[in-house]
Amino acid sequence: MNEVIAHNVRDNDGKSIWKFLLSELKPKGKMLTPFNVISIPIMILGLVLIVIRFWKGLGSITNLTQDVPWGLWIGFDVVTGVAFAGGAYVLTFMVYILNMHKYHSIVRVTVLNGFLAYLFYAGALLLDLGRPWNVVNPIIGNNFGTSSVLFLVAWHFLLYMIAQLIEFSPAVAEWLGARRARKILSGMTIATVIFGITLSTLHQSGLGALYLMAKDKIHPLWYSDFIPILFFISSIFAGLSMVIFEGSITQKVFSWQISEKNEHAHDEILHGLSKVCAVAMFAYFFLQVIVFIHGKRWEYMGTPMGNWYLIEVVGFVLLPMLLFFASYRNRNLRLIKIAAIITIIGVIMNRLDVTVIGFRWNAETRYIPTWMEFVVTLAVMFTEIWIFRWVINRMPVLRDSPAWVIDGK
Amino acid sequence: MGIDRRSFLKVLGVAGITVTVGKSLASTHNEKDIEFFGMLYDSWRCGGCQSCEIACAEAHGLPKPKDEPKVGLVRKTDETRRVVVNSYSTSKGEVFIRKQCMHCNQPACAAACLTQAMHKTKEGPVIWREEKCMGCRYCMISCPFDIPKFEYHSANPKIQKCDMCYDKIMKGGIPICAEICPADAIKFGTRRELISEARKRIHDNPNVYSEVIYGENEAGGTGFLYLTPTPISELGFNASIQKSSYPELSKGFLFSVPTVFVLLPPILLGIYEATKSNQTKEGGDNE
Repeated sequence: MNEVIAHNVRDNDGKSIWKFLLSELKPKGKMLTPFNVISIPIMILGLVLIVIRFWKGLGSITNLTQDVPWGLWIGFDVVTGVAFAGGAYVLTFMVYILNMHKYHSIVRVTVLNGFLAYLFYAGALLLDLGRPWNVVNPIIGNNFGTSSVLFLVAWHFLLYMIAQLIEFSPAVAEWLGARRARKILSGMTIATVIFGITLSTLHQSGLGALYLMAKDKIHPLWYSDFIPILFFISSIFAGLSMVIFEGSITQKVFSWQISEKNEHAHDEILHGLSKVCAVAMFAYFFLQVIVFIHGKRWEYMGTPMGNWYLIEVVGFVLLPMLLFFASYRNRNLRLIKIAAIITIIGVIMNRLDVTVIGFRWNAETRYIPTWMEFVVTLAVMFTEIWIFRWVINRMPVLRDSPAWVIDGK
Repeated sequence: MGIDRRSFLKVLGVAGITVTVGKSLASTHNEKDIEFFGMLYDSWRCGGCQSCEIACAEAHGLPKPKDEPKVGLVRKTDETRRVVVNSYSTSKGEVFIRKQCMHCNQPACAAACLTQAMHKTKEGPVIWREEKCMGCRYCMISCPFDIPKFEYHSANPKIQKCDMCYDKIMKGGIPICAEICPADAIKFGTRRELISEARKRIHDNPNVYSEVIYGENEAGGTGFLYLTPTPISELGFNASIQKSSYPELSKGFLFSVPTVFVLLPPILLGIYEATKSNQTKEGGDNE
C-alpha cells in the first residue's frame, strides 16, 4: 500500500508520462480476493454470452417477446441504474450550488460512481440495440427524431457523461500531476455542474416519460401522467440511498485511503443525507397518494397487482421514509443504513413494475428473463466495480488531494 | 446612389420576409394538395380466404402462412407475417377480420423513433427505413396496436410491418392485398374518399353494418378503416384505444423541456451566487 501512495506523489518532473501510465495499468494488491474469485468467471461468461448475442441475435440469449420488447437490460440496467446514479447531480447541487461544504469529501467518489454508472448502464443499451451500428444516427446526420422522448434521453446521456467527466477531471489531473490542466478544469466546474443538474432533471424524468405513450400496456396502478415527476423525485432518494449504501462499503474496503478527519465527518454526512431522503420521500409518497385518489385506484385493491402495489408503496416507500425520519431523532447510523437498503429495493421494485412486471401484465406469454440476461447484467456491474476500484487505487478520490494542490491555493 | 442605408435595409427585410414566408406558405399549400392514402376493409365481405396473406408474403419475401383462421384461434402478426385474418363467432354469426398496421394519421411509432426510421410519408403509408433504424424497439413499446415486429433471431434484425406496399403506390400501383382480394373486401384510395364510401355502405345497408367506421377517430384517426357487422370489441380489438392521438401523451413533457432548459440554469446560477458569500467567510475550498 505504501507503494500506491508513493506513486501518487508523481509530479511533472518524475518519469515520463508513458512510463507512469504503463506502470499504473498493472493490477495492484492481491489477486485472490473473494470478490475477484466470484467476479472474474462471471465477467468471462458474460463476455461469451455477449459474443453469442451479436452473432445469433437478441433472441438467442434473451426471452424478449414481440409484446415485451424491453426487458431486464433496459428495465434494470438502464432505467434503474440511471436512477441510482442520481446521487451525483443531487450532491453536486448541494456542494457546488448550495455551498454545503460538509459534503465536499464525498463529492468526488459520488461523481465517479455516477459517471461509471452512466458509462456502463447506458452502455448496456448498446447490447440491447438490434442494429447498434446505426447508434450514431440520432447524434450525427439528418436523422433527428426530435419528437421522440428517447432522442432527448440519448442526447442527455451523452452530454451528461461529458459533464460528469469534466466534473471529475481535476482528480485525473492531480493523478497525472498536471498542474495547469487541473487549474483550467477546476475553473469549469460550476458551469458543468449547472449544466449537469439541468440535464439530470430532464432525463431522470425523461426515462419515465418514455412510457407515457404505452398507456394501454402498463398496469393502471403504475401508469399516470405523473410518471416523469415521480421518476424525477424518486431519483433524488434513490441516488442518495445509493450514496449511503456505497459509502458504507467504500469506507470499510478503502478505509486506509480516508483521512481521519473525513472518516469522522462521514457520520455527520450520513445524518444530513438521511434528512434529504426523508423529505424527498415524503414528497414522493404524497404525490403517490394524490395520483392514487385521482386515478380512482382503489378499484384495483385486493387484486394480486393491487397487493403488490401496496407492498411497494407502504413497505418500501412509507416504511423507509419513517425510518429516515426516526434516524433524525435518535441519531442511529444503523437505522439510516437499513432504511437506505429498503429504499434501494423499493426503487428497483418501482422501476421494474413500470418497465417489466406491470408492462403487458395481461399478455398471454409473460416475459421472464433468462439466466443469461442476469449473467450479462452481473458482468456489466462487476466490470464497473473493477474500473471503480482501479480508479480509487490510483487517483485522489477518497484520499486527500496531493500536497501541491493544497499548497498551490 | 439613389438609395440610402435605411431604405436598403427595409427593402432587404421585405424581400427576405417575402422569400421565407412565401416559400413556407407555398409549401404548406402543396402538402395539402396531397391527401393521405388509406384502405377500407369491409369485414362483412371478407370470406377469410387468406389470399391477401399469401400475396403479401410473396410480395415481401416472407414464408407462406401455415395455419388457417378458425374460431377460437387468435393468430397474430409477427416477424414472418405482416397481415393475419382471424375468425370470430359474434352475435351476427361468424365474422372474419384482418389485422395489420393501421397507418395512423399521427403514428406513435414515428413519434417514438429517435432516428426517423419509422416515418409517416406524405402519401399516408407509415414505413420503416432500414438504413436509419438502430433497433431500439421503442416503436414497439409505443404502438397501441402492437404492430411493429422485431426479428429476434437475426444478427441483422429488421422491423416487419405492413407498409401499404409503399414502393408499389409510388409507381402508381395499389397495395397487393387490395389488388388480389377476390371478395372485393379491400379498397384503396384517399382517406376522404374511403370514409364517404364507408358512410354510403352503412347508409345503404343499415342492417348489415355497425355504424362505427373503426379508424375514423381512433388514435387520432387511422389510414386503415374498418367496416364491421358488429361492434369492434366482439372482434378481438383493444376497446381502450383512445380517440386522441398517442403522441399527444408525451407532448406535455416534450414542451416542458425547452422551458426547463431556459429557466433552470439561471435559477441555479442565482442560488450559487447568493450562497457564495458563506464560502469566503468559511474559507472553504472550492474546485
